[in-house]
Formats: sequence, structure tokens, C-alpha cells
Amino acid sequence: MTESANPGAAGLNVDATTLLGGGSLGRQAIVTGIAIVLGLLIGAVLIVLSGVIGPAQSFDPTLPIAGYAALLEGALGGPKAIANTLNSATPLIFTGLSVAFGFRAGLFNIGANGQLLVGGFCAAIVGTSVALPFPLAAIVAILAGGLGGALWGFIPGALKAWRGAHEVVTTIMLNSIAFLLLNLLASSIFKDQGATFPRTPDVLPGSVLPIILVNTRLHAGILIALATTFVVWFLLFKTTLGFEIRTVGANASAARYAGMRPAFITILTMSLAGALAGLGGTVEILGITKNYPAEYIVNFGFDGIAVALLGRAHPFGVVGAALLFGVMRAGAGAMQRATDIPVDIISIVQAVILLFVAAQIIIQQLLPAARPKGPVEPSAAAA
Amino acid sequence: MAEVPPNLPHPNQPGEPAPGPISAAAGNPETAAADQAAGGTTVDPAIAARATAPALEMRAISKRFPGVVANDHIDLSIRPGEIHALLGENGAGKSTLMNILYGLLSPDEGEILLDGAVVEISSPSDAIARGIGMVHQHFKLVPVFSVAENIVLGNETMANAVFLDVRRSEGRIRALSQQLGFEIDPEAMVGDLSVGIQQRIEILKALYRGAKVLILDEPTAVLTPQETSEIFLVLRRLAGEGTSIVFISHKLNEVLEIADRITVIRRGRVVGQADPKTATEESLAEMMVGREVSLVVDKGPASPGEAVLTVEDLTVADDRGSIVVAGASFGVRAGEIFGLAGVAGNGQEELVEAINGLRKVTSGRVVLGGHDVTNDSSRSLSERGVAYIPGDRQRFGLVLPYPIEDNLVLTEYYHAPFSRFGVINERAISKRASELISQYDIRTPSGGLPASTLSGGNQQKVIVAREFSRDLVLLVADQPTRGIDVGSIEFIHRQIVAKRDAGIAVLLVSAELDEVLELSDRIGIMYRGQLVAILDASTAEKETIGLIMATGRAEVPA
Repeated sequence: MTESANPGAAGLNVDATTLLGGGSLGRQAIVTGIAIVLGLLIGAVLIVLSGVIGPAQSFDPTLPIAGYAALLEGALGGPKAIANTLNSATPLIFTGLSVAFGFRAGLFNIGANGQLLVGGFCAAIVGTSVALPFPLAAIVAILAGGLGGALWGFIPGALKAWRGAHEVVTTIMLNSIAFLLLNLLASSIFKDQGATFPRTPDVLPGSVLPIILVNTRLHAGILIALATTFVVWFLLFKTTLGFEIRTVGANASAARYAGMRPAFITILTMSLAGALAGLGGTVEILGITKNYPAEYIVNFGFDGIAVALLGRAHPFGVVGAALLFGVMRAGAGAMQRATDIPVDIISIVQAVILLFVAAQIIIQQLLPAARPKGPVEPSAAAA
Repeated sequence: MAEVPPNLPHPNQPGEPAPGPISAAAGNPETAAADQAAGGTTVDPAIAARATAPALEMRAISKRFPGVVANDHIDLSIRPGEIHALLGENGAGKSTLMNILYGLLSPDEGEILLDGAVVEISSPSDAIARGIGMVHQHFKLVPVFSVAENIVLGNETMANAVFLDVRRSEGRIRALSQQLGFEIDPEAMVGDLSVGIQQRIEILKALYRGAKVLILDEPTAVLTPQETSEIFLVLRRLAGEGTSIVFISHKLNEVLEIADRITVIRRGRVVGQADPKTATEESLAEMMVGREVSLVVDKGPASPGEAVLTVEDLTVADDRGSIVVAGASFGVRAGEIFGLAGVAGNGQEELVEAINGLRKVTSGRVVLGGHDVTNDSSRSLSERGVAYIPGDRQRFGLVLPYPIEDNLVLTEYYHAPFSRFGVINERAISKRASELISQYDIRTPSGGLPASTLSGGNQQKVIVAREFSRDLVLLVADQPTRGIDVGSIEFIHRQIVAKRDAGIAVLLVSAELDEVLELSDRIGIMYRGQLVAILDASTAEKETIGLIMATGRAEVPA
């Protein structure tokens, strides 16, 4: 039979899982490293071009060096800068984990943004109403945020498992529903009457995530993110549940044969992915904004897709990718102030890096060491 | 824009009505085929003259992978117009050698000569340009494309250098397929065609691009016996036209039937050449495996006990919802092998899937050891001691990207010692895996490698090792030896008989009638979803079973 005979590998699931199969961790790291270098090189060309067409109208080949130096200085030069970088990376770790977790089960979670909003909103509401001392109130609010996100992930999971609705479509729609619904709630029932702009009331002090580095804005969210990363890694690679999740992602038919329940795993995975994204919203609300503003426009969920791709859907890779994005985000402003290079260049660099990661075959052509090796029989290679 | 590079003289110029050797033979195919079938003694003098110089030579080819020497100084020479069989066990290095020839792998040492000149083949397109065509075991066809679109894919005929000229391609393909005696409609959708026809499309694709050396990787593995004899006629005819054919197989009878010469490979080395006129299946098996192989299943009489599996009036639908098992009833007793024979597609696969909880039972009952297990989950059946060797191993039996180790515990990972309180114990899994790898002779440098790196036969051994090592009550084996070599077949057959002798009920399904006949104690025959006959294997005659398989009745219909 032709290769399409496997109905378990149809549609977008192929895309989700082929992102994972790229040989050994070492080779993946090489490919990713090259992608980053290529992204920075192409970024450098664009920076020079931006100098030519920008206000200065000068051709300055050293501009990229100055720009990247300013970026690094802005992102890593001193405790305040590092604090900003880590704070920027924190929600991306959560959404990256959320998307990566879905990838492992063959699910494309485009809905991390909506799940993050719902989680953040739930945490904000619980945080304003639970009058307990610090760790207790915060724990309750964090749990509420995780549960809110889980609910928003459960819906597409259940729709997929029970009705066969594709999660890409449903999660995209649920993003809009979450944004508009929470807008409405934050500017009506839950509105802080004293505030100029519509938003929920500030959370009570017991729910606020404490600053963990004096004289900076670094809050405890990064610690929660790192702990969560470890939990996700353990769950995926060291438990029977993780084995089942990965098996469903790699070959749903074989999972069924082995007595696993793909429908249940799909629902569970989407719920947990939602919880992860919801935690991202939670730490952002409890650590930074302290309330849920109406028109809360954030892009963490979509950047999370990029982070998960760059991190090869591995929890530790996600942390690395989120930190890289954090550096770029936190440093981009400093770069613009110091050199007049537009911030958007950094978005382009990020996009180019992703492009090379996604199209890793280009890198494999350039570098033989990055090519897959091993005794591959045609019957196996065809699979 | 020419489909065949002009520097490659080849009789099979598509769409060219010129009187080449192929059109001469096409006008008279019966004679050509008959000559060849009679032993190939009458050979075209032109071919005989050329036969002294090899069309293709591979000299001292070596290829190493981490932990294995896949090819160790292999020499192979193919004469023009010869069918050369490459025989060897799974993982012996046949496919590696052919992948080198086809430019998919580059050799560490050695050289390839085409028509006497050293050539470097660095990619499949290189190989195609030099007139080497390959038909893979798993076809590389796009099911939603037409036959013509598949054949021209990557080599399209253009109109005005902009648009596809499908009409012109179709004309050429129709002409070529008529010359070869294929009845293929170039406009048909490939996904609608049978496996046998799809294979012809692959052959046509290679010839359309001007192949004069055709590599066929286990071409009969996916074919019915009828399709096999048809493809043999085609190969004979092609060889008669001067096309050299490399026929990779581990099926001894087929190799003896089709090949002009046989090269046997074992563990990466050429162990010898054999002449099909003098060689026997036994002698070839011994060369291939390196020891004496029993080709006959050695088993004593069964001593059946109580019924373990009882299937009552079972009705099952296929994925499209049409009833494919219509009221089947039978029982399998402890200590007996019940074989299900039938032409593929008569409901065997769906029946077995339903028994194993992978397909919903529409009506009827499945009873296991006194318990009604109709529509029970695979997990609960597995807990009751049912092991299942699935017919489609890459779809159901294995998770190809997973390490071999994980695949070896795929149905037991949730049990101690492989996990405790939901946490996986990697050491216990590795230990079990290395035991099974040595016990079942799974050829791999490491259990940590992905299952996709194994050859087909070794993949099958992984499934067999896993399922046989559990505590069993009932063993359901669907095509347990499909695509694997004699040495492994012998081993798996012995294991199945040993399970029977240990008092386990065995339900065997196989497309190989010989396998069903040799292993089974009783034989049930499926025809159009019904179990039309149950025979005692010791008295059943092959001809009778074949007749019932074909017609559903024991007598020839009037």
C-alpha cells in the first residue's frame, strides 16, 4: 500500500510530530545553534540596510555590532536588565511548555493565548477576593489560574476526542472568545469602579508574587516556571502517563493496540496544556500587572508556538528558547535607544531563526554533520 | 524536456513506434514469455553476445554504520538481460547495497561500473539519469494523483515550457504500457488501484525514465500468488528485451523460479553464487542462514483442552460501515492452533481486530475462558492473557520513532517492574530489552536505537518477542511471518508450536496457505465474510482449501 494508508498520521498531526523527529538531541542542538547564528547574520544585513534607508542614511557595516552589543547590554548588563529579561521570558516558558506538551501528543495548540487570558483572569478575580496571608492566597490564586486555563484547554480537547473537531480551528476560535468575553467581564461585572481605564481591582497583597531580587522587578514567576518545567519534563519522559501521551502523538493506532485510550489522552493533554498556559497568565497578572485590564492584548500564546518550535518541543529546550526570546525582547528597546535600529528588526531575526529551524533541511545541506545517520533500510526509511 | 536523456540509448523510448526489440516482442509476447518460462534456453543471439560483458558491476563495496558493517567488500555483477536474485536474511545488507547502487547511500569503499566505466552515483536522480531504476517495497506513489501524473512526477512534459502537458504524457504512457502488456489506464487514480497494479506503475515509472537496470526490492512481499505469477511474466519479458533486473528477496521458491543467477549475502558478505537449475530450497536456505534450516514445521499431534476462545455469530463492519464479517462462529481450544485461511480481504483482518478490541462488534459474542469479552478494550483483553501480533506491524505493532527498548514493553510498560506508581523504571526496561534482543536474535547495535532503524524482519521479531514473553491464554497471530526470512520464519514457527504445546490457544491468520497448512491443527476458511468451512488440518487437502478460498464451496460450481 502507499504510505497514506496510515490514517493516524493525517493532516496537521504530521506537522506537529515531524517537528519532534529530527534525530538525536545533539544533532538538534547543532541545527538550532546554526539557525540562531544564521538568524543573527541575516539580521545584521538588515541592520546595515536599515542604516542606509533610515534617518541617518549612512552605510555603516559596523552598525550590527553596535546594535547587538547594545542589545546584549540592555538584556544582560546589570541586575535590572537581567531581571527584565527573566520577567519577559517567564510567560514564554509557560506558553512554550503548553504548546510543546500538545506537540508531544500530536496536538497543535494554537490556543495558548486564550488559555493564558482565562487563567490570568481567574487568578486576578480569586486574588482580589481571597484574604489570606501571603503564600496561601497566592497558592489559591495560582491554582485558580491553572484551573481556568485547563478549562479553556479541555473544551478543544473534548471537541476533538468526542466530535473530531480539529484543535487548530477550535483553539483559534476560543482565543477570540476568551479575549472578547474577558473584555466584557473586566469592564462590567468585575470592573474596578475607582479605576480610570476599565480593569479588574488590584489583587490583595497576599496574592502578589514577591520580588526575589532587591532593587529590581524580578518576581517569583521565574522560579515557578522553572519548577513547572521540571515537572513537565518528568511527566513526559519518566512516567507511564507521559509514555502514553508520547505514544498517542507518535502513532495513535499503536497506542490503541497497546491498550491506551487516545481520546482520553487527547482531552487530558489539552487540559494540561491549557493549565500550563493559564499559569503563564497567572504569574504575569500576580507578578506584573496585579489586575486584569480590559483589552488585555498580549502575544505570549503565539510567541509560545515559536518558543516550542525552537525548543524542539522539549521542556528544557523551551526554557532555552524562552530565555533567548527574553534577551531579544528585553534588549531590543535598549538597542533602539542606543543606535536608532528599529525594534522590529529583532522580530525579523526571531522569524528568520524559526524559519531555519522549521526548514532544517537547508542547514543539513549546508553542514554534513547535521545530517541524520544510521543504518536505514528502505522499508524503515519509507515509514 | 526529453523524458529520456538523449545520451542514453535505450529501446524503451516512450511513445516511439520505431521497430525496436521491445515492439517486436510485444507483438509476440506469448512466445517470448514461453521461451523464458521453459528455462530460458533460447536466447536472442544479440543478447547472448552482449552477455559476456556485465551491464553493471559493483566491486568490493563496503559500508559501515555505527556498530555494524552492513556491506563488507561485496562484489556483484549483473549481465544484460539477466534476472539476478540477491538473496539474504533480513538485515543481511541487501537493501544497503541497493541503496548504494541507487545513490541513496554512498559507499565507504569500492566502486561501481556501468558498461565497463567507473561511475559515481551520488543521488537517485543520478542513478535514474544513468539508467538505474528502483521499485521500493513500499511504493512511492501519490494516491490522489492519476497514473500519468505519478509517472511523470519530477520529469514532467511541458507545453510551451509553462503548462503541464498531461495529454501527451498519457499518450506515451499508454503506448509504453501496451508494449509491456500492462492494462493500465493512465487517467485512473492511483489510490483506487490494487497493490499489484500499483507495483506495475512503479515499474512503468522506472522504464519511462529509461531504466536499463531495474532493482526490485522484495517485489512479491505485498502481492497475492496470482499477482506474483503475473509480475514474473512481466519480468521475464523485460529481461528478454535486455533489461537487467536485480531481484531482492528472501523467498526461496520465488528466487528459484525467476532468477537466472543467485548471489547469496549473509551478514554483509557474499557467501556464494548459486545456479537456480541445480540449487534447492534447502541448499539456498543453508547458504543464507549459515546452518541447516528446517523448512518443514516440526510438530507433534495436538492435545487440545477446553475451549478458550468462542466466537458466536460475529458480525463486524469495516471503516466504511459495510459488513465484512457476516455471522462467523468458531472456537479455539487450549493447546491447538486454529488457522484462518482465505484470500486477503475476505474479512479475516476485521475479524481479528474485533476479537482484539480494536474494532467494534456489530452483533454476536466473543467469549474468552467463560467470560463475555465482546467489545472489551484491548487493555482488558491483554490483562486476560490475550496477545496479538497485528498484521500491519508498522501501523499497530510498533512506534517507529521510539527506541527498540520501549517498543519491547509497549504492551506492558504500566506493570511492575517496568513502572511503579506511574513512574517508569528505565533500568528494568533496558534489562528486559537486552534479554529479549539476545533471546530472539534481534539484529541491532543497540536497544536504544529507534525501531525505524531495524529491517522489516527484525521489526517483526520485536513484536513477536514482546508478545510471546507475556503470560498467555490466547495468542492471535495475524501474518506472523510476513516479509521475513527463512531463518526467522523457522524460529517463529517453532515458538508458535511451543506455545501450543504449553497449552495456549492459538488463532493464526495468514495469507500464505502453506503456513496455515503446516502450522494449524484445524483450518477455518473465510469467504466473503463468512466462515464457510472448518477442516481438520491432517486430512485437508491443499487443492480443496484453495478451491473453497476461491469459490466458497468445495465443488466446482456447475
